[in-house]
This record gives sequence, C-alpha cells and structure tokens, in this order.
Amino acid sequence: MDNLEPQFSLSDEILQQRRIAVTDCYQCGKCSAGCPLTFTMDLLPHEIIRLAGLGQTEKVLQASTIWVCSACETCTTRCPNGIDIAGVMDYLKERAVLAGARVAQPQVLAFHRAFLENLRLAGGRLHEPLLLGLYLLRSGQGLTKLKTGALSADLQLGWQMWKKGRLSLKPPRRLPQPADLAKLWDKSRS
Amino acid sequence: MKVSYYPGCSLAHSARDYQESIAAVAQLLHLELEEIPDWNCCGATAAHSLDADLALNLAARNLQQAETLGQDVVVPCALCFNRLKVAEYTLAHHREGTPAIDYQGSIKIWDLLAYLTQPQLLEQIQAKVVRPLQGLRCVCYYGCVVARPPRLTGCPDYENPGNMDRLLKVLGGAPYPWSYKTDCCGAGFTVSRPDIIDTLVRRLYDRAMEAGAECVVVSCQMCQANLDIPQGRISRQAGRSYYLPILYFTELIALALGHPDVKTWLSRHFVDPVPLLARYGLL
Repeated sequence: MDNLEPQFSLSDEILQQRRIAVTDCYQCGKCSAGCPLTFTMDLLPHEIIRLAGLGQTEKVLQASTIWVCSACETCTTRCPNGIDIAGVMDYLKERAVLAGARVAQPQVLAFHRAFLENLRLAGGRLHEPLLLGLYLLRSGQGLTKLKTGALSADLQLGWQMWKKGRLSLKPPRRLPQPADLAKLWDKSRS
Repeated sequence: MKVSYYPGCSLAHSARDYQESIAAVAQLLHLELEEIPDWNCCGATAAHSLDADLALNLAARNLQQAETLGQDVVVPCALCFNRLKVAEYTLAHHREGTPAIDYQGSIKIWDLLAYLTQPQLLEQIQAKVVRPLQGLRCVCYYGCVVARPPRLTGCPDYENPGNMDRLLKVLGGAPYPWSYKTDCCGAGFTVSRPDIIDTLVRRLYDRAMEAGAECVVVSCQMCQANLDIPQGRISRQAGRSYYLPILYFTELIALALGHPDVKTWLSRHFVDPVPLLARYGLL
C-alpha cells in the first residue's frame, strides 16, 4: 500500500457524532485477534479502525466487514484504549447508507430494513412471519429462492416451526403510537 | 415478590418455550412478573445498525414505561437487556437526542439469569429441588451481550461468567468448564447469512462435545434458535450426526423442581431433548 497522508475528517466526525476516538488506536490488533467473524471479513477490525483514522472513507464504507460484524462486543470489551470498535462499525453502516455508498452485503442491509419496516407496519412490535415475508420481498431473495427451489426448504422450516408452536400468524398488539415514536418511524423510513 | 417484566418480541413466537418455562419458574418461586405497559420492540440489531437515534429512543421509551411501575425490571432476552442498558447509560450521561423521554433512572434493569441466581433466590431454588438433574453433563452457554460490554452491562465476570454454572450445580447437573461461554453464535445473521451461523455454531458444537457435554444450556432465545434449529443442516454439511439438545436454564429449573409441563416445552425444540433426559431418568 502507498503511504497515506492522514485526513482527519472521518475520525473527527466519529468523535463528534459518537464520542469514539479512533485515533487512540495504537494497532495492537487485540480486536482482530478476538473477533469471531474474521473468517468472513475483507478487512480486519484493526484495519478498519486504522483506515478510519487515516480518513479512508470510501474504503471503510464499502467494506464487507462493517456488515458482517455481529456486534458481539468482544473487540469493544477488550480494547486497551477504550475504543468502542463495534460502535464504529455501527456508525460506518449508518453513514454508508446515508452516503449512498456501495453496500458490500446488500442482504444484511435488506434484513435490517425489513426489520424496521416491520416495526412500523406492525405498530411497534416485531412479527416474525411478517419480517421474513418483507425480507424475501425486499431483498430479492424470494424470487431467487423460488427459481433455485430453496424457497420450499424455507416453507418447510416455517411449517415445522408452526407445528411446534414456534410460529404464529397472529400479529402482535398494535401499540398506541406516541407522537415521538411516529416521528422516529418517519425519519428512519428515509 | 413482584418485579416488572419486559418479555421482548420473540418470546411470543419462536421462543414460546422460553416464555412458558419462565412463567412456570415464576409460579414455582412465587414471583409475580408484571408486564410493563405498552412496551415496544427494543429495535434490536437493525436499529442500532441503521439509525442510532431510533435505537436509543425505542429502548428509552421502554425504560420510561417501566419506571411508571416503580419497581425493578427483568429481561429474559440478551439483546433486549443490552439495548435497555445502553439506553440507561446514554440517558444518564448524554441526554441530548431524547427530548421527549422522561426517565429518572430510579429502577434497576436485570437480566433474568442474574436475577434468578441472586443468593437468596438460589437458596430458594435449592430448597425446592425434588428431581435433581443426576449429574447431567452440560456446558453453560451465556452468549454475548448480557456480559459485554461490561462498562454498560455491569457484568463482573464477563470473560468467564459463572452464575449459570452455579445454578446448574444447585440443580444437580454437572456443568463442564469450556472456553466458549461467551463466544458469538452469529446472532441476527440467521436469515441473511445462514452460512455465518453454520460456521460459528458448528465450532460451538465441537467445543462443547470436546469439553464433555451432552447438551448445551442457554439463557438467550437467539442462541437457542441458532444452536437448535439448524442442527440437522449443520450435521448434513459436516457429514456427521450431531445430537446436542439446547435447553433453556428455565426449563431445567422447572424440571428439577418437578413442574408437570416440561415435556410440552421440550416438544417445541428441533433437537429432541427427551431421549437424553430419559437416559438420565429425568423424564
């Protein structure tokens, strides 16, 4: 890699928005050593933190790593400099969506979006069957799975869950919608 | 004894067995669980991934609702617990962004396992054991976010928690030490990236068996779902037949205390625990 001239705009932004100082990182690598998801990451957690500190915005926003982080909080717990690394991953995901960046894991994003859409539609609580339906619809996975025949395995699983009493089509109770929550739904829709 | 209860969304559906066994344990211990009024989803991974404001406000609203009951609240779901603790911390230190939330921080937020393993409750449980677990060989799997990050959760032994192990010993089981107590199962990737679940969970199976366990005891319904539901699929991929029942700690309390409905809850599992428990003479 070529030598990089540090740009502080991204690290300043993370500090202001989330009170997390990525520039405190001295690259010990403890976060990457303890991370259980590294097998499916394109950049290691300590690389994300370093690149964020250097201002390599495009690189970190387009990374797969930020989306396959499971938020297990091992890195955040063990960082000797108190950097909330999982919190940085969250910030970068939110920022990637707002910036319209190329999202490396569109299925993961589609699932999160379907989840929030579900909360809006169901009136405040999750309805698992509705979430799955929305996800299959919004991610394009429904069509793909229909073509490949994988949808029948999903339906079979749903049927088994229903038989075992772990799936109910009955929607959750709609909550009286306080004005402040309604505003939040609207905001998160954008 | 009475305490507030925030069940979370999945206990009505995919984790119905957890809910049913919690209700039974509460009844056995004369503990009244008062559901907090009009609770909403905590926002889970989706909200904290895409919209920090929404995540904070969803969790904070639940705290506000809980405080109206004026008593501590217990939370059975690991992630719900974590999100409420994050909101508690944020409201105490950085209130901006939640102008409409009226929360004074007067109540304590408990994860259900920590609540039920307080010394006086553990004594109560011990006194009521009528069917000791006969040295049931198990590992306790605590999952991620009840323990971490300790700055927010207040968990004292976050790298090697012990309250579930202590409980299992009280119940007459044999919990084995292992190094994967708080390793991630893949959590919310169940649907969008099942391959991640398969890799992480297969490792958990192997390590649990290597430790000498015949079953895994959990306190999180996401862990239960990820270890229980795909066990057949993971077995096929691995070319071997795993048989590791995934039991809720509350199911085992109720079993040891002689509750009659245990078999109903166990019938909801994908990996049938009955053959294992029958071998120990427990069913």
